Amino acid sequence: MTSLYAFVAGPLAWAAFLFFFGGLCYRLLSMLRQVRQSEPFIFSYMSLRYSLRSILHWLIPFFAMGWRRNPILTGVTFIFHISLIAAPVFIVSHVVLWDEAWNLSWWTLPDAVVDVMTLVVVAACLFFALRRVLRPEVRFVSDASDYLLLVLTAAPFVTGFLAYHQWPAGPWMTIAHMVSGELLLALIPFTRLRHMLSGWLTRAYIGSEFGAVRHARDW
Amino acid sequence: MNERHKEPSEIMDDGVEAALSRLTPEKIQAVINSVLKGETGARFKAYMDTCIHCGLCSEACQFFLSRDRDPHYSPVGKVKQTVWPMVKNKGRVDTDFIRRAVRIAHTECNLCKRCVAFCPFGIDIAYLMTVVRRIIHKLGATPLYLQDTAHSHASTMNQMWVKEDEWIDTLQWQEDEARAEIPSLRIPLDKEGAEIMYSVIAPEPKFQAQLIYQAAAIMHVAGVDWTMPSDIGWDNSDMAMFTGDYEIMGRIKRTHFEAATRLRVKKIVMGECGHAFRSVYDTGNRWLGWAQPPVPIVHAIAFYYDLLKTGKLRIARKYSHPVTLHDPCNVVRGGGLHEKARYVVHQLCDNLIEMHPNREHNYCCGAGGGVINCGPPYKNARVAGNRVKAEQLFDAKSRGAHTLIAPCHNCHSGLHDIVHHHGIDLEIKFFSDIIYECMEKPDGSE
Ligand code: HEM
Ligand code: SF4
Ligand code: SF4
Repeated sequence: MTSLYAFVAGPLAWAAFLFFFGGLCYRLLSMLRQVRQSEPFIFSYMSLRYSLRSILHWLIPFFAMGWRRNPILTGVTFIFHISLIAAPVFIVSHVVLWDEAWNLSWWTLPDAVVDVMTLVVVAACLFFALRRVLRPEVRFVSDASDYLLLVLTAAPFVTGFLAYHQWPAGPWMTIAHMVSGELLLALIPFTRLRHMLSGWLTRAYIGSEFGAVRHARDW
Repeated sequence: MNERHKEPSEIMDDGVEAALSRLTPEKIQAVINSVLKGETGARFKAYMDTCIHCGLCSEACQFFLSRDRDPHYSPVGKVKQTVWPMVKNKGRVDTDFIRRAVRIAHTECNLCKRCVAFCPFGIDIAYLMTVVRRIIHKLGATPLYLQDTAHSHASTMNQMWVKEDEWIDTLQWQEDEARAEIPSLRIPLDKEGAEIMYSVIAPEPKFQAQLIYQAAAIMHVAGVDWTMPSDIGWDNSDMAMFTGDYEIMGRIKRTHFEAATRLRVKKIVMGECGHAFRSVYDTGNRWLGWAQPPVPIVHAIAFYYDLLKTGKLRIARKYSHPVTLHDPCNVVRGGGLHEKARYVVHQLCDNLIEMHPNREHNYCCGAGGGVINCGPPYKNARVAGNRVKAEQLFDAKSRGAHTLIAPCHNCHSGLHDIVHHHGIDLEIKFFSDIIYECMEKPDGSE
């Protein structure tokens, strides 16, 4: 048991972070290389000012027309994404691990808050899944991979919640939590979850084009 | 009108059918892969990899909204039915698939880019549809009527098979007509070193020569130093852009810019056309390698704005009817001219009744992106696919609008079909119609 824990907390964690950061870097570099090779004009249209303008407008909930026309999803997706990132980064038990391993430590959130955020993430994933089934235009473009992504995303939160509350007691849930979290991290760059990186870039490009060439808002 | 309306899937296009009968699975696969591998790059890949299949873009699309929210018409739904299987099956798709792809990419998307402003990632579905069109072009399966215009571009360098003598004759005829009203008026041909080259789309000399008359009158009254080319390059339109025939697009844009360079003008002013603006200002010049047009290009809206703002044109009496304004996608989402258009409206008319949503969030007229140019087979489906525009127009009408200003040729025709089909009593006009009617004419010609 302890050797399994050591493996999951050691080499597997290393591998997950390697895949995550390495994968994202690889994605970014190969995208830039491809732009240079086949669409160098994209560089000449990119504008920092208009990229940021577009991104900032889209970061405000309910501001862009696209958000406003889908208010419920907008509300859910904002608290989902905030919780999704804040909970694992600011939970005490993770920060402690960083502290022990690297002597790095930062601000933490109270456990009760993280607990709620965890439930928010899980509930949001359920909402996304339900929406996929119920909204015809979303169902039409959904396949198994979309539901798998939701499971992949929810898994570390479900298991983390259960492990924290010791249901069932014992180390297994903690190990499941670690494995599912590592799996999620490792797969982000290799699934559509890489939107966490590429979404900023596509927005930046279209924001530049709309700002500097089309002189029109893109939100 | 009484005949049963065909479902879009029942529409037969002779050009498409002829092409499909010649295609083999191997040929289809080779073409698809040559375009996907050889002509797309990071942008295509990023759009494919980033789209999270959330469907938020659906709300944007006039086809989706008008077709009772049928998912087949949502922006991402169109990608699902065209691009995804091509990529997933590595180009192994059959002729039925291509037939459907033609219908979707050519007649159920106006390339209006409204969905760009609804997708949180700014995924440009119009671009993905142009990739599909490029594949269709390379398969030779472009809808017949649209392909005919591209053929005309290729052989005459204008969209409407206008011959050189016809072109010059038409200009002289309009000059003669206009001189009966304003004796000193000229349409200066090939005047080297003029400040402005005025270019039009080929349907103007072909069907709407009075627009050239009106433009000449406005130029004359405003004292503009202008000219028109007698030789090729006078037509700024570009259907090749919409068929995906970028080689021809490049040729016609180069010809247009070369006419301006030959005449050593400082800028090109173009008539009230949206797609031509897209071609000259955005798509064609990029294909030729210029980030911005090599000769500055001024759309009629911006031109009238300048003339009115600087007092070169003065309005004798305002247009008496309440108006509503249609924002053409290509000059609004394509060029940001919506506020200038409103300035021009307010100079001309006291009562502007806005349609909603408007400006960058307007609904396309349903004709754009070459959809109307796919011709009669698709007309009923096109009108049915834009019920939301009809509702907007009804609403404007019910709030008192009498005249619908549409500063774009395509929009004019598309809106005409909608207005006619639904019996909405709105008179459709160009800005130049109203400016011509209302401006001071100092020659004492009235
Ligand atoms: C940090 C930057 C990120 C940004 C800007 C971002 C943005 C977005 C946006 C705009 C959507 C579409 C709206 C929606 O459907 O909710 C979305 C959906 C989603 N994102 Fe993210 N995201 C990020 C990171 C992540 C990460 C790290 C994950 C997972 C680990 C993730 C998982 C999801 C899921 C599951 C959906 C919903 C899919 C569905 O509707 O089924 N996102 N994201
Ligand atoms: S570009 Fe316009 S017509 Fe095409 S899918 Fe987007 S909103 Fe619909
Ligand atoms: S809104 Fe964007 S991410 Fe969502 S389905 Fe449409 S194109 Fe894909």
